[in-house]
Amino acid sequence: MTLEAVGFWVVAAVLLASSLAVVLTPNLFHAVLYLAAVLVTTAVVFLLLGSPFLFAVQLLLYAVGVMTIVVFAIMLTERLIGERIVQTSRHLLNGAVVAAAVFVGVAGFLIRAPRLVPHPAAAADATPAIGRALVGPFAVTLELLGLLLVVALLGALYFARTDE
Amino acid sequence: MSLNAYLTLAALMFVIGLFGVLTRRNAIGILLGIELMLNAVNINLVAFARFHGDLLGLIFTLFTIAITVAEVAVGLAIVIVIFRVRRTVEADRLDLLRG
Repeated sequence: MTLEAVGFWVVAAVLLASSLAVVLTPNLFHAVLYLAAVLVTTAVVFLLLGSPFLFAVQLLLYAVGVMTIVVFAIMLTERLIGERIVQTSRHLLNGAVVAAAVFVGVAGFLIRAPRLVPHPAAAADATPAIGRALVGPFAVTLELLGLLLVVALLGALYFARTDE
Repeated sequence: MSLNAYLTLAALMFVIGLFGVLTRRNAIGILLGIELMLNAVNINLVAFARFHGDLLGLIFTLFTIAITVAEVAVGLAIVIVIFRVRRTVEADRLDLLRG
Protein backbone atom coordinates (compact mmCIF):
# COMPACT_ATOMS: atom_id res chain seq x y z
CA MET A 1 0.00 0.00 0.00
CA THR A 2 1.21 3.47 -0.77
CA LEU A 3 1.49 6.19 1.83
CA GLU A 4 -1.62 7.89 0.45
CA ALA A 5 -3.64 4.68 0.78
CA VAL A 6 -2.58 4.22 4.41
CA GLY A 7 -3.40 7.85 5.15
CA PHE A 8 -6.77 7.51 3.45
CA TRP A 9 -7.84 4.45 5.45
CA VAL A 10 -6.71 5.96 8.76
CA VAL A 11 -8.51 9.24 7.99
CA ALA A 12 -11.62 7.40 6.79
CA ALA A 13 -11.80 5.33 9.98
CA VAL A 14 -11.39 8.39 12.22
CA LEU A 15 -13.90 10.39 10.14
CA LEU A 16 -16.63 7.75 10.22
CA ALA A 17 -16.11 6.93 13.90
CA SER A 18 -16.32 10.62 14.90
CA SER A 19 -19.36 11.12 12.64
CA LEU A 20 -21.17 8.24 14.33
CA ALA A 21 -20.21 9.67 17.72
CA VAL A 22 -21.72 13.06 16.73
CA VAL A 23 -25.12 11.55 16.02
CA LEU A 24 -25.15 8.93 18.81
CA THR A 25 -23.58 10.44 21.95
CA PRO A 26 -26.18 11.60 24.47
CA ASN A 27 -24.17 14.56 25.80
CA LEU A 28 -24.61 17.55 23.48
CA PHE A 29 -21.28 19.11 24.43
CA HIS A 30 -19.45 15.86 23.64
CA ALA A 31 -21.25 15.76 20.29
CA VAL A 32 -19.85 19.21 19.49
CA LEU A 33 -16.33 18.08 20.42
CA TYR A 34 -16.70 15.06 18.13
CA LEU A 35 -17.93 17.40 15.40
CA ALA A 36 -14.71 19.38 15.85
CA ALA A 37 -12.79 16.13 15.28
CA VAL A 38 -14.87 15.51 12.14
CA LEU A 39 -14.12 18.99 10.79
CA VAL A 40 -10.36 18.70 11.41
CA THR A 41 -10.31 15.24 9.82
CA THR A 42 -12.19 16.61 6.81
CA ALA A 43 -9.43 19.20 6.50
CA VAL A 44 -6.91 16.34 6.40
CA VAL A 45 -8.97 14.74 3.59
CA PHE A 46 -8.58 18.00 1.64
CA LEU A 47 -4.84 17.76 2.25
CA LEU A 48 -4.83 14.17 0.94
CA LEU A 49 -6.63 15.44 -2.16
CA GLY A 50 -3.76 17.87 -2.75
CA SER A 51 -5.47 21.09 -1.70
CA PRO A 52 -3.54 22.76 1.14
CA PHE A 53 -5.47 26.02 0.60
CA LEU A 54 -8.82 24.42 1.43
CA PHE A 55 -7.13 22.62 4.34
CA ALA A 56 -6.30 26.02 5.84
CA VAL A 57 -9.73 27.48 5.03
CA GLN A 58 -11.49 24.50 6.58
CA LEU A 59 -9.41 24.77 9.77
CA LEU A 60 -9.74 28.55 10.12
CA LEU A 61 -13.35 29.12 9.09
CA TYR A 62 -15.03 25.87 9.95
CA ALA A 63 -13.18 24.20 12.77
CA VAL A 64 -12.48 27.43 14.67
CA GLY A 65 -15.39 29.66 13.61
CA VAL A 66 -18.24 27.16 13.74
CA MET A 67 -16.94 25.54 16.92
CA THR A 68 -16.80 28.89 18.73
CA ILE A 69 -20.35 29.74 17.68
CA VAL A 70 -21.77 26.33 18.64
CA VAL A 71 -20.01 26.26 22.02
CA PHE A 72 -21.31 29.78 22.74
CA ALA A 73 -24.85 28.72 21.81
CA ILE A 74 -24.75 25.68 24.07
CA MET A 75 -23.38 27.65 27.01
CA LEU A 76 -25.98 30.39 26.55
CA THR A 77 -28.88 27.96 26.28
CA GLU A 78 -27.67 25.88 29.21
CA ARG A 79 -27.58 29.01 31.30
CA LEU A 80 -31.08 29.96 30.13
CA ILE A 81 -32.47 26.49 30.80
CA GLY A 82 -30.54 26.13 34.05
CA GLU A 83 -29.76 22.45 33.57
CA ARG A 84 -27.57 20.19 31.50
CA ILE A 85 -28.93 19.55 28.05
CA VAL A 86 -29.16 15.81 27.61
CA GLN A 87 -30.30 15.00 24.15
CA THR A 88 -32.22 11.91 23.29
CA SER A 89 -32.92 10.36 19.94
CA ARG A 90 -36.18 9.06 18.56
CA HIS A 91 -37.28 6.86 15.66
CA LEU A 92 -33.82 5.25 15.60
CA LEU A 93 -34.98 2.37 13.40
CA ASN A 94 -36.79 4.60 10.90
CA GLY A 95 -33.78 6.92 10.66
CA ALA A 96 -31.42 3.99 10.11
CA VAL A 97 -33.67 2.55 7.40
CA VAL A 98 -33.94 5.86 5.52
CA ALA A 99 -30.18 6.53 5.82
CA ALA A 100 -29.33 3.01 4.60
CA ALA A 101 -31.75 3.38 1.68
CA VAL A 102 -30.11 6.66 0.62
CA PHE A 103 -26.66 5.06 0.86
CA VAL A 104 -27.76 2.10 -1.26
CA GLY A 105 -29.10 4.54 -3.86
CA VAL A 106 -25.81 6.48 -3.96
CA ALA A 107 -23.75 3.27 -4.01
CA GLY A 108 -25.74 2.12 -7.04
CA PHE A 109 -24.46 5.13 -8.95
CA LEU A 110 -20.90 4.66 -7.63
CA ILE A 111 -20.71 1.03 -8.79
CA ARG A 112 -21.78 1.90 -12.31
CA ALA A 113 -19.49 4.96 -12.57
CA PRO A 114 -16.33 4.73 -14.71
CA ARG A 115 -13.08 4.51 -12.79
CA LEU A 116 -11.08 7.72 -12.92
CA VAL A 117 -7.41 8.27 -12.24
CA PRO A 118 -6.20 11.57 -10.73
CA HIS A 119 -5.85 14.24 -13.37
CA PRO A 120 -2.14 14.99 -13.91
CA ALA A 121 -2.75 18.73 -14.12
CA ALA A 122 -4.19 18.77 -10.59
CA ALA A 123 -1.06 17.32 -8.98
CA ALA A 124 0.56 20.73 -8.46
CA ASP A 125 -0.47 23.08 -5.67
CA ALA A 126 -3.47 25.02 -6.97
CA THR A 127 -3.25 27.86 -4.44
CA PRO A 128 -1.74 30.50 -6.82
CA ALA A 129 -4.37 29.67 -9.47
CA ILE A 130 -7.16 29.92 -6.86
CA GLY A 131 -5.84 33.31 -5.77
CA ARG A 132 -5.78 34.62 -9.34
CA ALA A 133 -9.30 33.31 -9.99
CA LEU A 134 -10.66 34.92 -6.80
CA VAL A 135 -9.47 38.40 -7.78
CA GLY A 136 -10.19 37.81 -11.47
CA PRO A 137 -13.39 36.17 -12.74
CA PHE A 138 -14.76 35.53 -9.23
CA ALA A 139 -14.01 38.94 -7.68
CA VAL A 140 -17.68 40.01 -7.49
CA THR A 141 -18.70 36.64 -6.06
CA LEU A 142 -16.02 36.93 -3.39
CA GLU A 143 -17.24 40.41 -2.42
CA LEU A 144 -20.83 39.15 -2.27
CA LEU A 145 -19.62 36.35 0.00
CA GLY A 146 -18.06 38.89 2.35
CA LEU A 147 -21.31 40.86 2.34
CA LEU A 148 -23.26 37.68 3.12
CA LEU A 149 -21.01 36.91 6.10
CA VAL A 150 -21.41 40.44 7.50
CA VAL A 151 -25.19 40.35 7.04
CA ALA A 152 -25.42 36.89 8.61
CA LEU A 153 -23.38 37.97 11.65
CA LEU A 154 -25.44 41.16 12.04
CA GLY A 155 -28.62 39.09 11.78
CA ALA A 156 -27.33 36.64 14.36
CA LEU A 157 -26.46 39.55 16.69
CA TYR A 158 -29.94 41.02 16.19
CA PHE A 159 -31.64 37.70 16.95
CA ALA A 160 -29.55 36.92 19.99
CA ARG A 161 -29.58 40.46 21.49
CA THR A 162 -30.70 41.02 25.05
CA ASP A 163 -33.91 42.97 25.64
CA GLU A 164 -32.61 46.03 27.42
CA MET B 1 -6.86 6.03 -3.98
CA SER B 2 -9.62 5.95 -6.56
CA LEU B 3 -12.31 8.57 -6.88
CA ASN B 4 -14.87 5.99 -5.78
CA ALA B 5 -13.13 5.56 -2.42
CA TYR B 6 -13.52 9.28 -1.64
CA LEU B 7 -17.10 9.34 -2.93
CA THR B 8 -18.02 6.30 -0.81
CA LEU B 9 -16.47 7.94 2.26
CA ALA B 10 -18.47 11.12 1.58
CA ALA B 11 -21.67 9.12 0.99
CA LEU B 12 -21.25 7.29 4.30
CA MET B 13 -20.65 10.58 6.11
CA PHE B 14 -23.71 12.07 4.39
CA VAL B 15 -26.05 9.27 5.47
CA ILE B 16 -24.69 9.40 9.04
CA GLY B 17 -25.56 13.11 9.07
CA LEU B 18 -28.98 12.32 7.60
CA PHE B 19 -29.50 9.74 10.35
CA GLY B 20 -28.64 12.43 12.93
CA VAL B 21 -31.06 14.94 11.41
CA LEU B 22 -33.86 12.37 11.39
CA THR B 23 -33.34 11.00 14.89
CA ARG B 24 -32.17 13.90 17.05
CA ARG B 25 -34.78 15.67 19.17
CA ASN B 26 -32.55 18.61 20.10
CA ALA B 27 -32.50 21.51 17.61
CA ILE B 28 -28.72 21.97 18.04
CA GLY B 29 -28.24 18.24 17.48
CA ILE B 30 -30.14 18.54 14.20
CA LEU B 31 -27.86 21.42 13.16
CA LEU B 32 -24.81 19.24 13.91
CA GLY B 33 -26.23 16.56 11.59
CA ILE B 34 -26.66 19.17 8.85
CA GLU B 35 -23.00 20.15 9.37
CA LEU B 36 -21.97 16.53 8.74
CA MET B 37 -23.99 16.41 5.52
CA LEU B 38 -22.50 19.69 4.24
CA ASN B 39 -18.98 18.46 4.99
CA ALA B 40 -19.61 15.28 3.02
CA VAL B 41 -20.69 17.39 0.04
CA ASN B 42 -17.49 19.44 0.31
CA ILE B 43 -15.39 16.25 0.20
CA ASN B 44 -17.25 15.27 -2.99
CA LEU B 45 -16.56 18.66 -4.58
CA VAL B 46 -12.84 18.59 -3.79
CA ALA B 47 -12.50 14.96 -4.92
CA PHE B 48 -14.15 15.69 -8.27
CA ALA B 49 -11.98 18.81 -8.71
CA ARG B 50 -8.85 16.73 -8.05
CA PHE B 51 -9.78 13.88 -10.38
CA HIS B 52 -10.94 16.14 -13.22
CA GLY B 53 -8.13 18.66 -12.83
CA ASP B 54 -10.69 21.46 -12.58
CA LEU B 55 -10.07 24.50 -10.39
CA LEU B 56 -13.76 25.48 -10.20
CA GLY B 57 -14.55 22.71 -7.74
CA LEU B 58 -12.04 24.10 -5.23
CA ILE B 59 -13.40 27.65 -5.59
CA PHE B 60 -16.97 26.43 -5.21
CA THR B 61 -15.94 24.55 -2.05
CA LEU B 62 -14.49 27.77 -0.65
CA PHE B 63 -17.87 29.45 -1.23
CA THR B 64 -19.88 26.61 0.31
CA ILE B 65 -17.66 26.61 3.40
CA ALA B 66 -18.19 30.36 3.92
CA ILE B 67 -21.94 30.12 3.29
CA THR B 68 -22.19 27.26 5.77
CA VAL B 69 -20.55 29.40 8.43
CA ALA B 70 -23.19 32.08 7.83
CA GLU B 71 -25.91 29.42 7.98
CA VAL B 72 -24.63 28.12 11.31
CA ALA B 73 -24.48 31.62 12.81
CA VAL B 74 -28.07 32.43 11.83
CA GLY B 75 -29.35 28.94 12.68
CA LEU B 76 -27.91 29.01 16.19
CA ALA B 77 -29.18 32.55 16.74
CA ILE B 78 -32.67 31.30 15.84
CA VAL B 79 -32.22 28.39 18.27
CA ILE B 80 -31.28 30.84 21.04
CA VAL B 81 -34.37 32.94 20.32
CA ILE B 82 -36.54 29.81 20.38
CA PHE B 83 -35.03 28.91 23.76
CA ARG B 84 -35.87 32.36 25.10
CA VAL B 85 -39.47 32.26 23.87
CA ARG B 86 -40.45 28.63 24.33
CA ARG B 87 -38.01 27.44 27.05
CA THR B 88 -37.44 24.19 25.23
CA VAL B 89 -34.83 22.56 23.02
CA GLU B 90 -36.99 19.85 21.56
CA ALA B 91 -37.87 20.18 17.90
CA ASP B 92 -41.02 18.10 18.46
CA ARG B 93 -42.46 20.66 20.87
CA LEU B 94 -41.95 23.63 18.54
CA ASP B 95 -45.42 23.34 17.05
CA LEU B 96 -46.43 27.00 17.18
CA LEU B 97 -47.63 26.93 13.57
CA ARG B 98 -49.76 23.81 13.98
CA GLY B 99 -53.32 24.50 12.84
